[in-house]
Amino acid sequence: MWARESARFLFPMARRMADSLRDLTPIILVIAFFQIVVLRQPFPDLANVAVGLVCVMVGLGLFIQGLESGLFPLGEDLAWAFASKGSLVALLAFSFCLGFGTTVAEPALIAIADEASDVAAEAGAILDNDSARGSYALELRLVVAFSVGIAIVLGVFRIIKGWPVHWLIIGGYVLVTVMTVFAPDEIIGIAYDSGGVTTSTITVPLVTALGVGLARSIRGRNPMVDGFGLIAFASLTPMICVLGYGMVT
Amino acid sequence: MELLNTLGTTFRDVIPIAAVLIIFQVAVLRRRLPNPRRVAVGFVLVLLGLALFLVGLEQALFPIGETMARQLTDSVMTGDIGAASDVDWRDYWLVYAFAAAIGFATTVAEPSLIAVSLKAEEVSGGAVRAWGLRLVVAIGVSVGVSLGCFRIVTGTPLPWYIIAAYVVVIVLTFRSSRAIVPLAYDSGGVTTSTVTVPVVAALGLGLAATIPGRSPLIDGFGLIAFASVFPIMSVLAYAITSSWWSKRRGQQPSDSERKLDDT
Repeated sequence: MWARESARFLFPMARRMADSLRDLTPIILVIAFFQIVVLRQPFPDLANVAVGLVCVMVGLGLFIQGLESGLFPLGEDLAWAFASKGSLVALLAFSFCLGFGTTVAEPALIAIADEASDVAAEAGAILDNDSARGSYALELRLVVAFSVGIAIVLGVFRIIKGWPVHWLIIGGYVLVTVMTVFAPDEIIGIAYDSGGVTTSTITVPLVTALGVGLARSIRGRNPMVDGFGLIAFASLTPMICVLGYGMVT
Repeated sequence: MELLNTLGTTFRDVIPIAAVLIIFQVAVLRRRLPNPRRVAVGFVLVLLGLALFLVGLEQALFPIGETMARQLTDSVMTGDIGAASDVDWRDYWLVYAFAAAIGFATTVAEPSLIAVSLKAEEVSGGAVRAWGLRLVVAIGVSVGVSLGCFRIVTGTPLPWYIIAAYVVVIVLTFRSSRAIVPLAYDSGGVTTSTVTVPVVAALGLGLAATIPGRSPLIDGFGLIAFASVFPIMSVLAYAITSSWWSKRRGQQPSDSERKLDDT
């Protein structure tokens, strides 16, 4: 039983490793080219680099294997369970918790929030001491996490209703444009960047599978047209909320 | 040791997700997962894989990538340039080339993008190829990041570029097939995570710090925003061109397009 399971597991693993080697080739080529031809620097610590590359390859292989056996089925199964239970409130509550919970602890967001508090302190928007910065950064994180929660709720609601995604996104773009005019200059760069950093590597597969699963289990929805789009909302609302936060404080 | 550390941080990231899933599974849905062991194994693999991946990057690529970003911006500065007004954007072509190359390369290896493109291939019944989608997205990121570097060098305001990009996205949206639009929007958000953000952010901050008259706080940000808008454009533009091309040659829509419309 164990032997058969591991054989079934090892064969695709070998292929995945080969795939991840292909994925990494561009990075290796770019760095080698610029290092050797352009900057003419010796390659530092080649052994370390080789060990690191093997780690990356094995890691990427394991990750994709885990996606297909764990996260993808789990996301679709949850979507199916919520759809068959028929409780809209439960589904929306789940969507909010998923968006909020996964974003509030996101390391990239923590880093951005800390930098934003430095900018605000420098610009004189808040007092220049540790406690003021700390509470500013924490508030900002909560604002972004809340906005991602709202984004997933909105996205799920859209899938259920079958609204076309582009009207909502274009509306969001217009809002961002208008807010940019009124927001303080220092916050704009951070706000624009915060959209890109909120969706972590573990959230993305789960949320994508959830959307596709929902679109599949609701009659009359097309998984290609309706299933995607959740991530797009999650990268738009943080921009709006951070700009708004910058205008209020 | 390093691995344990990273494993710990990755684990901490997963706890809120796992908590939400378990609470809803037990308290709201009140049922058991159909295949709990498989899902648990999958979770462990994802965790382990991500941790290994990050440790490897930390060991092998990030230090070099970050040093190179610094060396490149420094090497341009060897000629003595005095006042801020003397900065000539043409002196920095190596930086743009590096930005384009590294943007492309890191996007191809981005795990979130791999996840979305695998799903897209499955959902579209093979009409959208996972590898092709990743290439198109990577081209978008590479154009975006290198334009973003140009912006830092010239010091022009970020909103102009991003808002102009929005306008292009909106125009392209109305010209392209309905089926590709949501996927294109999603591919904007997923390009910038684990691999791309650290390298690209280092490039931006390094560039803003070495160029006279630029402040890292104001000019250093924004590259990630470029990297999230341009893939939307490149995916939409690719979809439009390929359908235009097959029409121009007087053919029926190709097999893959018909499949996409049918899904």
